[in-house]
Amino acid sequence: MEHRGLGWPRLPRLLELLAALAVQAVRASAVAAASPDLSLWPMPLSVQTTPRVLHLSPDNFFFGHSSTSKAGPSCSLLQEAFRRYYDYIFGFYKRHHGSADLRVGVELQQLQVSVVLDPECDAFPKISSDESYTLLVKGPVASLTANRVWGVLRGLETFSQLIYQDFYGTDAMAFNKFNVLHWHIVDDPSFPYQSITFPGLSQKGSYSSSHVYTPNDVRMAIEYARLRGIRILPEFDSPGHTQSWGEGQKDLLTPCYNGKDPSGAFGPINPIWNTTYSFLSKFFKEISTVFPDEFIHLGGDEVDFDCWASNPEIQDFMRDKGFGRNFKKLESFYMQAVLDMISAINKSSIVWQEVFDDASKLTPGTVIQVWKVEDYTQEQSKVTEAGFPVILSAPWYLDWISYGQDWKKYYAVDPLSFEGSQEQKKLVIGGEACLWGEYVDATNLTPRLWPRASAVGERLWSHKDVRGLEDAYRRLIVHRCRMLRRGIAAEPVFTGYCDEDRM
Amino acid sequence: MAGSALWFSLLLAAAFAGRATALWPWPQYIQTSEQSYTIFPHTFQFQYHVSSAAQVGCSVLDEAFQRYRDLLFGSVSFHFPQPMGKWHMSEKNSLVILVVTPGCDQFPSLESVENYTLTINDEQCFLLSETVWGALRGLETFSQLIWRSPEGTFYINKTEIEDFPRFPHRGLLLDTSRHYLPLASILDTLDVMAYNKFNVFHWHLVDDPSFPYESFTFPNLTKKGSYNPATHIYTAQDVKEVIEYARLRGIRVLAEFDTPGHTLSWGPGVPGLLTPCYSGSHPSGTFGPVNPALNNTYEFMSAFFLEISSVFPDFYLHLGGDEVDFTCWKSNPDIQAFMKKKGFGDDFKKLESFYIQTLLDIVSAYGKGYVVWQEVFDNKVKVQPDTVIQVWREKMPVRYTKEMELVTSAGFRALLSAPWYLNHITYGPDWKNIYMVEPLAFEGSPEQKALVIGGEACMWGEYVDSTNLVPRLWPRAGAVAERLWSNKMLTNLDFAYKRLAHFRCELLRRGVQAQPLSVGYCDVEFEQT
Repeated sequence: MEHRGLGWPRLPRLLELLAALAVQAVRASAVAAASPDLSLWPMPLSVQTTPRVLHLSPDNFFFGHSSTSKAGPSCSLLQEAFRRYYDYIFGFYKRHHGSADLRVGVELQQLQVSVVLDPECDAFPKISSDESYTLLVKGPVASLTANRVWGVLRGLETFSQLIYQDFYGTDAMAFNKFNVLHWHIVDDPSFPYQSITFPGLSQKGSYSSSHVYTPNDVRMAIEYARLRGIRILPEFDSPGHTQSWGEGQKDLLTPCYNGKDPSGAFGPINPIWNTTYSFLSKFFKEISTVFPDEFIHLGGDEVDFDCWASNPEIQDFMRDKGFGRNFKKLESFYMQAVLDMISAINKSSIVWQEVFDDASKLTPGTVIQVWKVEDYTQEQSKVTEAGFPVILSAPWYLDWISYGQDWKKYYAVDPLSFEGSQEQKKLVIGGEACLWGEYVDATNLTPRLWPRASAVGERLWSHKDVRGLEDAYRRLIVHRCRMLRRGIAAEPVFTGYCDEDRM
Repeated sequence: MAGSALWFSLLLAAAFAGRATALWPWPQYIQTSEQSYTIFPHTFQFQYHVSSAAQVGCSVLDEAFQRYRDLLFGSVSFHFPQPMGKWHMSEKNSLVILVVTPGCDQFPSLESVENYTLTINDEQCFLLSETVWGALRGLETFSQLIWRSPEGTFYINKTEIEDFPRFPHRGLLLDTSRHYLPLASILDTLDVMAYNKFNVFHWHLVDDPSFPYESFTFPNLTKKGSYNPATHIYTAQDVKEVIEYARLRGIRVLAEFDTPGHTLSWGPGVPGLLTPCYSGSHPSGTFGPVNPALNNTYEFMSAFFLEISSVFPDFYLHLGGDEVDFTCWKSNPDIQAFMKKKGFGDDFKKLESFYIQTLLDIVSAYGKGYVVWQEVFDNKVKVQPDTVIQVWREKMPVRYTKEMELVTSAGFRALLSAPWYLNHITYGPDWKNIYMVEPLAFEGSPEQKALVIGGEACMWGEYVDSTNLVPRLWPRAGAVAERLWSNKMLTNLDFAYKRLAHFRCELLRRGVQAQPLSVGYCDVEFEQT
């Protein structure tokens, strides 16, 4: 799956891990619990391991570029990744152990990285980015080969997971080989995105002046993500879910009526005024330059028609347009205008499923995100039959918590289990785990997300036949402890412990 | 009760009087006004009244003064408005504390009086309490009354509070066996308990998965029964620290050593303690509950509980007794022979009773009282009349309200936990259900109701460790805290929501990772350090 959002490569990705020998850091005793060489998450497409063990030491190991590699030390993305993974692997070790001398067998001294094609060092990851890699671990020099830097990033993560006794932040997404952060940045309650063109939006629509994302914050997030091979997909949901826009942008929202008089309340964006579209056009122009990704998510979900229906101007407009009483036509009218706007600025659009459900026609290539849990496989059939690409989220609403091991439910989902032809299945470009914010903030985000989202991470990365729950459980608890070591407060899967239970 | 409706409306009127009344849990009686007094952090002091039985040197209060000073003013740099010239009427520069009965070095008990009155008016700023424990509760209330203007000035409104708890046992259970909780997690929880006026830390120390309590009599219990005997244990020093930390906050530590079931982790350290299960005529290699047929078992328990009785100062120990699985006992020929010898027939409840009664006799001999889970009552174990029964089963064998009725009509004191298993999570604002529980909503005489000494919020550890403990506990456990402290008339959810949302932000300000109740924000958001 090419879109593995938190918020895609399975089969299209050819990733192999040949003769991956477990690499052991100095102390042999500590990691007896589960054979760590098999505790990879998500599971690679193919793995072969041998019982031979290599050891490595922080003083005598480095990440290097192969002489034949198209990427070299000038590739800062890789240099940064080398430093990060060196720290994950040796960070703890350096602090807590001396140079104990229990080394046996062959020492692994270098991981030599080779990029075969144009490396794309300074590019942004894209929906079509090649993330495949081949990792061959043998002493004294192991090799990691990939077409592009994105595959190197995924291979480094796998390499780090092969090392046991390895020790060690949206970091957690990279640990799970997620590659899209879907940033639902604004909604009814608040507008924290600080717009350069329309500063009033966050000035009046954010919770407070400290509850904003400045242009610098956004840039930092984008670069942080890029260095980890993660795309940032911004969502500006309209015409519904826009109450917070109204504070800073007068005459954007529809005034609701109570009989003949305005009630004082506002509904969705007003789709009948030209000013609406000139505002949106300027706004999305800004968005298209701030966010480098090819895609913009336009929302389009849960539009409430009551307010539109109450408004006399809208009623007139409906009559003029010949929409009758069918407000879905008005909704489609609006969405199509916004979609055209996005095409005009050379970006592609993703929308929630209602936009497809309610439209008579829709710009080809628009990606449809399926989120309603009722009959979602049927929805996948319909959308792909109409030829539109699909992102699946319906079974992966992680904000819906329940007692017990719900990761099994997320893990058991097969995103291609709907009725349809081979061509239809190919239109499923991936999926996203969603963590909506009604009951979630910085206090409970991390333990609510991890390792539950890891189940989705593997489903979207690994081969569809990787689905044994017992094996997944065994690897997942090791993976969860690994995240804990790396400073991610991932919650427990079940009764048990990690060596490094947090303070 | 015509009077109560009027009284309740007064309550609400007071509640909406202003920001100063965002108290949690809500006091029994409160009158406030819009009139406010300024507080200057660098001149403000906590002072003992000359006729107070507690004076400087009283560890419980001396340390509490320091804590509350830090909580109130600790994070502010001294760059706020200075007092203008000399002292004037609208300034309060001290809270005067008068404790009537001496006793700073004791431990809180079930009988401790926690009443206090707090008077903030033109003439005085005064906290009066019978005991130091009451003073602690009053200090917490005082700290919640102080508010800060956007410019940074501290204020307290003219207020009169008379307060006391509805129930004397207001507990929170943590399970340190299914997951190990670092000492810091336990101590932090004790702090937040004090903010909520909880007064009992029920420490479910050991269970099937691990035995982290380091026994000096039987060190093998932890050596062989803990997850990791070097890191995942509570040393004697850790336990002492928990007990003292709790005492300084007016919190009792109720230690639970659950037997005869839930004891798998005891087995490796004490060979012969657990019942070998049989598959046909051969031992299967697995083990069941504690073996009740051997004298060695009781010798071990005598020695073990002698240690426990001296380590934990509280009068009460929790002896567990829940969920005893009879299949292993049934399979074992030695047990079968013992049953025959004792004339128990096929009634394994009689065997369970035999074990529990012997254990209770041992513990009584050490001068301790005890709390047990409801099965001990359900299985008709003969227990002493002063036994406390903890009701935990929601629907089986009977609904918990029925169980409360049965327990109290048999004359036993009861603790309610069944509706307050906070480890059970669901989507949405479940605090409302937790809050709306009325512990005395069962059929029974006033005498029966009087036997309900309180309740406990339980956070079992299957899916909980230090990564998610705090946001899962708070502010949900706050709903239990108010139900157990405040007047039973207090059932308005809107009123509770306003105060609890405010209290949750105050917890964040105090550094507690308390999760949101709903959509919204706090001025100070949680940031990972």
